[in-house]
Amino acid sequence: MTALISLTGVNKYYGDYHALRDINLTINEGEFFSLLGPSGCGKTTLLRTIAGFEGVSEGVVMLGGKNMAGVPANMRPTNMVFQSYAIFPHLTVGENVAFGLRKRKDMDKTAKLAAVDEALTMVGLKGFGDRQAHALSGGQRQRVALARALILKPKVLLLDEPLSALDKKMREQMQVELMRLQRHVGITFILVTHDQEEALVMSDRIAVMFEGEIGQLADPETLYRRPNGRRVAEFIGKMNFLDAEVVSVGDKIEVTVAGLGLCHVDAEQAPAGIAVGAAAVGIRPETLAILFEGETTDRETIAGVVDEVVYYGDMTYYDVRIDGVTETLNIAMKNLIGRPVLDVGEKTTVVWDARSLVLLP
Amino acid sequence: MSLRIYAIAYLVFLYAPIVLLPIFAFNDGTIISFPLSGFTTEWFSQLWVTKALHNAVQNSLFIAAITAVMSTVLGICAARAGAMYNFPLKRGILGLVMLPLVLPEIIVAVSLLVVVVQFLDLGLSNWTVIAAHVLICTPFSIAILNGAFQNLDPSMEEAAMDLGESRWSAFRLVTLPLVMPGIISSMLIAFTISLDEFIIAFFLTGANPTMPVYIWGLLRFPGSLPIVMALGTLLVGLSIILLTIAEILRRRGMARAGVKDKGGFL
Repeated sequence: MTALISLTGVNKYYGDYHALRDINLTINEGEFFSLLGPSGCGKTTLLRTIAGFEGVSEGVVMLGGKNMAGVPANMRPTNMVFQSYAIFPHLTVGENVAFGLRKRKDMDKTAKLAAVDEALTMVGLKGFGDRQAHALSGGQRQRVALARALILKPKVLLLDEPLSALDKKMREQMQVELMRLQRHVGITFILVTHDQEEALVMSDRIAVMFEGEIGQLADPETLYRRPNGRRVAEFIGKMNFLDAEVVSVGDKIEVTVAGLGLCHVDAEQAPAGIAVGAAAVGIRPETLAILFEGETTDRETIAGVVDEVVYYGDMTYYDVRIDGVTETLNIAMKNLIGRPVLDVGEKTTVVWDARSLVLLP
Repeated sequence: MSLRIYAIAYLVFLYAPIVLLPIFAFNDGTIISFPLSGFTTEWFSQLWVTKALHNAVQNSLFIAAITAVMSTVLGICAARAGAMYNFPLKRGILGLVMLPLVLPEIIVAVSLLVVVVQFLDLGLSNWTVIAAHVLICTPFSIAILNGAFQNLDPSMEEAAMDLGESRWSAFRLVTLPLVMPGIISSMLIAFTISLDEFIIAFFLTGANPTMPVYIWGLLRFPGSLPIVMALGTLLVGLSIILLTIAEILRRRGMARAGVKDKGGFL
């Protein structure tokens, strides 16, 4: 793995507004990298600084070993798929895809046509070359935008919320197709998205951004299982939070958790440099369970009362109240054969495990 | 029923005077009144040989053509800035730019006359008329071009740059073709406005009158009234043709950009 893009100490100001705060980031060759965050977190700004549409106020953007300061977008080895796709409506699909080849004097007309054919085939639009671009559907526009960017064989493909305009089914289909495409062409993809599920599904690594800074940079599993703070834990998936008090730090960390009592957790379940004192503990809803009648467990249990039931078909989400905790615990249960759906107000037993706790600063 | 009567009365009120123009332009008699005395094309042939009129028409065409180009160029700049960029006091500035649209022309005319003669110490010429016409036509151009630019995806130029084009060639290859119908439409409307504008031209014209000013001069001679009618007929015909072309182009532009027609000037 060699580094293709590196950002060092990048800051961006719009007047008084600090849009990017001290971004340090390395993206490898062939990587599927995602910038994930709520709207206004600076992820699109960061993508645009890599594309060359925005300059940086401070810091260095290196691309393929070259400093990109002062290099405009049309001179960078990056291509972008815009959120709106920005398909040129006055051109045909083929002319759109061929647009970037205008400057390629080394290619004759036949070579260009062949390249357009190849690019359209790659995105599943073989034979669409003569269609008018403004008559395409949303999914087809996106494919044209992809073909138009990939035909130039960029080192990096930048994708700005490319799936947000599609309906759910189409989005899931395109997620898989984009992953397959990325593996096929081997180009570094940088995806901007606010959809955490999309980022988890597609990426090799994800940078979660809040208010212009990177909150955590990790692979999807680490990000989900070991969020480094409450912001990340809240943003990625669902998480229950309980007040906690770290009692002692060592090979095992001793922590008193509201409602659950004294727990022993591994050092890897806690952020580096955790100290004795007030902290919080996060628990994912699917790592908790409800003990139905006739089931047994060798894990810890605690009594609770069902406060809310949300039935999803394959899953049921319960909010369960336990003693000593003001917030209810959210618990996700698969609706396996023989399992009843509990009613609000029923007494129940909650199963939990100290191994699933995430200690948060 | 009463609504239908109202609609018909309204249309008669709007168009009856204009319908009178061609009727009397072809009427064989110098007195403008019914009954008609016979068909003639005499007035049109007189138009053909009146030298002073030709000069006036030439002046007007020259002024209208330059006005059309200048107000459209200014309109493109303003509409593009308004559609693509955010800047401080944007609404206020764009509002001020549109103000001449509602300013009484007599005020524009008088104040420009004062500025040109008193302060700049320049003589009156076709160029003073052009300056004033650009002033009143630019808001119309902006209004038309706003529609064209607002429908444009701002990412479009960026996409072209991303694909290797410079800022200018991105504008030329992508934005310009997409707003071209708006540009032509703006030029045609500015041309039409300038061509028949009277008040400002009357105040600011130099030794060579524009066509409307010349027509006004003709009215002092009752005998030449039918010639004015004939000229008016030609002008109405020309205006209708130009405005129709402008509207067709505007609609075609909307269709090409793949957007719904949200109404326009016409």
